[in-house]
Amino acid sequence: MVLLSLLAAVTIGIVRLRNLFAIVILSGIYSFLMASVMIVLDAVDVAMTEASVGAGISTVLMLGVLYLTKTEESAPVHSPALPLFVSAVTGAVLIYGTFGLPPFGMADTPVNTHIGPDYLAGSIPQTGIPNVVTSVLASYRGFDTLGETTVIFTAGIGVLLLLKRLRRAEPDK
Amino acid sequence: MMFAAAILAVLAALILTVVRALKGPTVFDRLLAANSIGTGAILLLALFGFMTGRPEFLDIGLLYALLNVIGTLAVLKFFRYGSLGHGGEEETEA
Repeated sequence: MVLLSLLAAVTIGIVRLRNLFAIVILSGIYSFLMASVMIVLDAVDVAMTEASVGAGISTVLMLGVLYLTKTEESAPVHSPALPLFVSAVTGAVLIYGTFGLPPFGMADTPVNTHIGPDYLAGSIPQTGIPNVVTSVLASYRGFDTLGETTVIFTAGIGVLLLLKRLRRAEPDK
Repeated sequence: MMFAAAILAVLAALILTVVRALKGPTVFDRLLAANSIGTGAILLLALFGFMTGRPEFLDIGLLYALLNVIGTLAVLKFFRYGSLGHGGEEETEA
């Protein structure tokens, strides 16, 4: 609860600040708090991803973007009324949707009874991997993960090629 | 019981650092606050792991500590040189 209110406070701070440099730091803080929330919810691997991607890589990438642009946010051109209305309605719909969800951690929901027990029981004899998350990712959904890795690898190659061209063009100016 | 008290203390420290990060007049205040919040998150992780009887959370705490240092260094480097690539080029020249 305390962590969630801290999250809300940091979010309001991000929205209100105009200095983009401070906003990058605040979003790093947000990621660390979010990772702590994930740990309290017992999703340690998600928390690890959140911390490494949110606080590590995103901060560095945002700083790289700041190098290309100004560090002060310009004043908004349009009135914020319409976006505020849209996001308020979307948030209300999402909160309304949570009323239809089963309570957190309930054992007899479809999510926990459909295929999860098979994975839990079969992980050690079928794959020999003690961590069930790893066995699902790398063995049961191995082709899926292979496809994802290919996509990310291709994207990385594309970004590297683009950046290389940019760097080579710079000394000519 | 002792772990719960310690977790409460760490949460209080987190609240104070978040206040500093939000109010902070200079960038460095915010940066130090971010670093302290990273440390607080590590402490929270370790305490929570011990409280629920799984001290192997400590490995993830180590990873957090490394990330925290890298993030802070990246921000400071940006502040000093204005870009992220500058320092590397300087090292190769020197």
